Amino acid sequence: MLVMEKNQLTEEIEVLIKKYGKERSSLIPILQDIQKQHSYISDYAQQEVARLLDIHPVEVFSVISFYAFLNSSPKGRNIVRLCQTITCDLAGKKNVASAIERELGIKFGQTTPDNKITLEYANCLGMCDVGPAMIVNDRVYYKLDPEKAVSIINEIR
Amino acid sequence: METKEASRAPVSQKAHIIENKDFEGKIGGTVSIEINEKKVQVPLGTTILDACRKNNIHIPTLCHHEDLCVAGVCRICVVEVEGMRTLQASCAFPITSPIKIKTSTPMVRKARRHIIDLLLSEHYGECYSCVRNNNCELQKLAKEYGVDSYTFGHVQKSKYPVDNSSFSVIRDIDKCILCKRCVRTCIDLQEVGVLEAVHRGHDTHINTFMEKDLADVVCINCGQCINRCPTGALHANDPSDEIWDAIDNPKKHVVIQTAPSPRAAIGEEFGLGAGHSMTYQLNSALRRIGFNAVFDTNFTADLTIIEEGTELILRLYKAVVEKNPQIKLPQFTSCSPGWVKYLEHFYPEYIDNLSSAKSPQQMFGSLLKTFYAQKRGINPEDIVSVAVMPCSAKKFECNRPEMTDSGYKDVDYGLTTRELAKMIKEAGINLPEMPKEHFDDPFGDASGAGLIFGATGGVMEAAIRTIVEFVLGKKTEDVFEKANVLPVRGFEGIKYVELPLGTEMGPVPEIIKHLVPNWDWLKGVTLKVAVAHGTANAKKIMEDIKAGGKFSECHFIEFMACPGGCIGGGGQPIPTSPEIRKKRAEAIYAEDESLELRKSHENPNVVRIYEEYLTDGPCGHISHKLLHTHYKPRGRYIA
Ligand code: SF4
Ligand code: SF4
Ligand code: SF4
Ligand code: FES
Ligand code: FES
Repeated sequence: MLVMEKNQLTEEIEVLIKKYGKERSSLIPILQDIQKQHSYISDYAQQEVARLLDIHPVEVFSVISFYAFLNSSPKGRNIVRLCQTITCDLAGKKNVASAIERELGIKFGQTTPDNKITLEYANCLGMCDVGPAMIVNDRVYYKLDPEKAVSIINEIR
Repeated sequence: METKEASRAPVSQKAHIIENKDFEGKIGGTVSIEINEKKVQVPLGTTILDACRKNNIHIPTLCHHEDLCVAGVCRICVVEVEGMRTLQASCAFPITSPIKIKTSTPMVRKARRHIIDLLLSEHYGECYSCVRNNNCELQKLAKEYGVDSYTFGHVQKSKYPVDNSSFSVIRDIDKCILCKRCVRTCIDLQEVGVLEAVHRGHDTHINTFMEKDLADVVCINCGQCINRCPTGALHANDPSDEIWDAIDNPKKHVVIQTAPSPRAAIGEEFGLGAGHSMTYQLNSALRRIGFNAVFDTNFTADLTIIEEGTELILRLYKAVVEKNPQIKLPQFTSCSPGWVKYLEHFYPEYIDNLSSAKSPQQMFGSLLKTFYAQKRGINPEDIVSVAVMPCSAKKFECNRPEMTDSGYKDVDYGLTTRELAKMIKEAGINLPEMPKEHFDDPFGDASGAGLIFGATGGVMEAAIRTIVEFVLGKKTEDVFEKANVLPVRGFEGIKYVELPLGTEMGPVPEIIKHLVPNWDWLKGVTLKVAVAHGTANAKKIMEDIKAGGKFSECHFIEFMACPGGCIGGGGQPIPTSPEIRKKRAEAIYAEDESLELRKSHENPNVVRIYEEYLTDGPCGHISHKLLHTHYKPRGRYIA
């Protein structure tokens, strides 16, 4: 990372700390904001958050690795998370999944070569009554079928 | 107790025992409870576990450790509390009302057995080939609870590769039971923060920042996590195979130096209680194993006092008399390699405050392959130099690239107390039965001042004994009773002492006469010193210095990375506890008092080496080349 980028990141984090406070409990909102801004939390950002909150970098990493919606490595600009839990599975998740994979030419767990879309599985999203469900970035989509899923994907492409 | 106050753990994880002497026996001070139908009284806030232990009722534990804050994650310590629907974790249950406890009911026994079975179902490892065989808390529990089959199956495949990147600590996470004792040790006790649980659910495991190798993160190699791990998941990097090879090679001259702390603790590995000094038995055992010569690290501890003390005097002289603004004070001790690496990572801007004197281990190393080799007419290439240390960081230290001033690797292997005990057993020797023998010449036996380096405050005490005599020209015994400098002893996390030097100065002793003309410039000065052990306490002092607080006005500060000092080092016998460390320290102080020679500068061998070899005196050219070193600013950022 360039020095300038680093300094900018530090400034950004300082602003977030002002916004949320220096307590340990501010960690998650701070990480969420960084995630939103950069689509991942770089190792440098993690260490800066740790320094400014006076905790250890490994504690920050531990939290990031715990939560599926926080990433420590770069991902595509859009993240598609399809529910893989049993109710959605019974409701036809498999067909939806293979339709999306065919459309994008990548498998779940991968990112498109142009870095636009990352495919991931998620666990139950609480939308079991209207499955199959998926989340694209912040938005939830439900009652999916292959066709509907593909058209949603094409909107963000 | 030394460690709890240093803990930065969340309030909810700290013990809250209310011990109000005024309230004792009165309403509100204590609670009457029943344990297994026996009535007992305990102070309010005592955990069920402590209450049971005080009443000689054994409750198994895994995640609980006396040095650490409460975790309550393993549930092996469950008991029945009357009126409660579920079993309660006794280590995390503070007693606040008159409860009735049952510690061994069918439900309790079944729950514990299930927990053990579940742990074993995920535990990949074989006891025969495990360092902790016979000293493993999991293995012990399996035996205690009569595990005769794997109720929930048993993993057949390794899940995680072994991380042996570090010179000091090896991680074999397949054997980890996720008790998080290492995490609490590294974060709360040591404030280094290398290990945490990462990922979630079935994938949870203990790892480093960004899952890097241990050698690539800020680990200071203190090994405190090893000492508190209940299993073989963490262990030291053991060089004993290479050492056996050297011993079996007739071309090699294999020498060994023994530090004071291993000698005060190794008896524990042979079934003795803590606090038995084995110094002289160890000498004969080592000779029988096949070492060609056995030396006392205390000799170079004495030398360290002379070198580091002279350095301090020179710094003070330059700062006070010459008003040189480049001189950095306080001077920090540099004999604990864990502390040195901690400073290099977290306070690199203070590197110039570290004494340039090497640690006793490394001083010995460079003398062995120069002075000793010449004297005995041995090719230094054929010398294999081993150091028995209480420490895992000493393994890292002897592998530092700058530690080759003799022209060779100054110390070839750092061996821990535990590893040496294993070698002694392998040789079929029962240490406590060995005859007592002395150390080999030309270094011979050393002083008690070198010996007490092992306990927190020891370096400071040794330095004070010498400084008092050098500067005031008085006997230390006339200033401190029996030359015991009590204010710097004990297990308080941070000790601070002021020593007014007064106005009556002595003559400058011969050995440093060429460096300072007289002591007039120290008249009326109050020497301020401090002592810290455990890097969490070191951090407190460093933050105070950064903020310009009272420690920034100190002249000399002793830092030890490990709680208790070297006697609590990461290479010492397992288990460790405040009680055990206290006994080891007592053994060291008792041995010191029993010695004739108790001051470094009186050690005749030290005097001789300045006459014969280090001829331009303390901090002179020769000693600078061989006995001093430099450090590397590392910074806290992990690339
Ligand atoms: S950690 Fe304990 S139970 Fe596991 S293999 Fe080693 S000795 Fe056996
Ligand atoms: S050796 Fe010390 S610094 Fe390294 S992980 Fe263990 S406790 Fe932490
Ligand atoms: S490595 Fe050892 S101390 Fe750390 S969590 Fe695992 S079993 Fe516990
Ligand atoms: S199972 Fe998919 S939303 Fe609950
Ligand atoms: S020892 Fe009590 S929960 Fe682990």
